[in-house]
Amino acid sequence: MYDFAYHKPKSMADALAALKKAADGKLLAGGMTLIPTLKQRLAQPSDVIDLAAIGELRGIKVDGNGVTVGAMTKHAEVAASADVAKAIPALAKLAANIGDGQVRNRGTIGGSLANSDPAADYPAAVLGLGATITTNERTIAADDFFKGLFETALKEGEIITSVTFPKPAKAAYMKFPNPASRYAMVGVFVAQTSSGPRVAVTGAGPCAFRVKAMEDALAKNWSADAVAGIKVPANGLNGDIHGSPEYRAHLVTVMAKRAVAAAG
Amino acid sequence: MTMSVSMTVNGKTVSGNVEARTLLVQFLREHLGLTGTHVGCDTSQCGACVVHVDGISVKSCTLLAVQAEGAKVTTIEGLAKSAEELHPMQEAFRENHGLQCGFCTPGMVMSAIDLVKRHNYQLDEETVRHGLEGNLCRCTGYHNIVKSIIAGAAAMKAAGV
Ligand SMILES: Cc1cc2nc3c(=O)[nH]c(=O)nc-3n(C[C@H](O)[C@H](O)[C@H](O)COP(=O)(O)OP(=O)(O)OC[C@H]3O[C@@H](n4cnc5c(N)ncnc54)[C@H](O)[C@@H]3O)c2cc1C
Ligand code: FES
Ligand code: FES
Repeated sequence: MYDFAYHKPKSMADALAALKKAADGKLLAGGMTLIPTLKQRLAQPSDVIDLAAIGELRGIKVDGNGVTVGAMTKHAEVAASADVAKAIPALAKLAANIGDGQVRNRGTIGGSLANSDPAADYPAAVLGLGATITTNERTIAADDFFKGLFETALKEGEIITSVTFPKPAKAAYMKFPNPASRYAMVGVFVAQTSSGPRVAVTGAGPCAFRVKAMEDALAKNWSADAVAGIKVPANGLNGDIHGSPEYRAHLVTVMAKRAVAAAG
Repeated sequence: MTMSVSMTVNGKTVSGNVEARTLLVQFLREHLGLTGTHVGCDTSQCGACVVHVDGISVKSCTLLAVQAEGAKVTTIEGLAKSAEELHPMQEAFRENHGLQCGFCTPGMVMSAIDLVKRHNYQLDEETVRHGLEGNLCRCTGYHNIVKSIIAGAAAMKAAGV
């Protein structure tokens, strides 16, 4: 790891100021992606700005409309929250199956979304529930947030502060985990929302995406059979030593069927 | 960037000068000589380096020493009451043949204790197996580790720790 200057601001204003002053500043949340990246010398920031001391970035609020999770809230906190489990059980369950126990004790929702790893779990929930991402500058709809491989709508120096998930009528997430890392080979989040069914896929493409054909089918008939015959094209999907694009395309249908069945 | 850092490790206040990039595990092993915490991988996956920071199990290879400024850290060396009396979880690993080479054991024990507390001493096999996903063992096949942890949970409850 190359060395850097470390800062631990206590307020958003100080964090933004430190980021602005730095030649090449990088935010640090749980560090579960950033620190391994630095260890491999894949990045060399001049300054690392740790968000851990900013209290307003942490916590979970639940009301009749949905769940708001602060950016620095850890996966383990979402997984263990009785309020989340009651309002959106699929979200608590998703958080409980991210990585492993120690990753969940450190990793945060803000870090996960800012990173937009193609195999991360939270992007499926954000897109599948039609969540809203709030930053220090604006709110961004889930549909406008994920732009590509490790690429989001966030601008240079923009900080995610929270994510708001509207409460669905029903929802479920099914992932086929990579047996070594537990990242999603393919994960599918389905939800019956106030604007109709949503189907979001992670792990299969460069970033999370929706499957309109499945949403249309579920709008007519909410059942596993309705999506069983719908295939996504393999063209453009991820291929690696763990699975070919064709295999992932196949898994999308299988996980979608299971998720619809689990949502009931 | 050299920084001074201070924290409580196994009940003692310690401080030192580290680079910002110094990992917590390096601080523990190289600055404090606490070599019970192991480094088994470079990819945050094996869990040999698990310690408790403010009571929560974390991978100390994926945490900067400066991130633990002011924290209470417990390592495997901080568990036993004395050289004669092991912590109930350590004793359970010994009794149940929960280790072979022992390389993964410090991390297993630290993860296990967090798991026991998190589940209020009530652990079944499935919970233990899910809870150990971040700890890899190349020797035992996990079976006796799971057995040790279930026994250790009961022993911890009985001992009130
Ligand atoms: C062994 C292992 C297994 C894992 N398995 C899974 C898995 O199964 N599923 C899964 O989804 N994830 C998995 N992860 C990733 C993990 O869950 C974290 O979500 C992820 O590392 C990012 O969160 P973080 O808080 O650690 O962010 P960091 O690593 O601290 O930061 C990641 C990036 O986000 C930026 N950033 C952080 N916070 C903000 C913010 N508030 N605003 C703007 N930018 C920000 C940082 O600058 C950095 O570029 C795994 C990680 C490991 C090490
Ligand atoms: S050494 Fe920390 S997870 Fe392997
Ligand atoms: S006992 Fe050898 S690695 Fe676990």
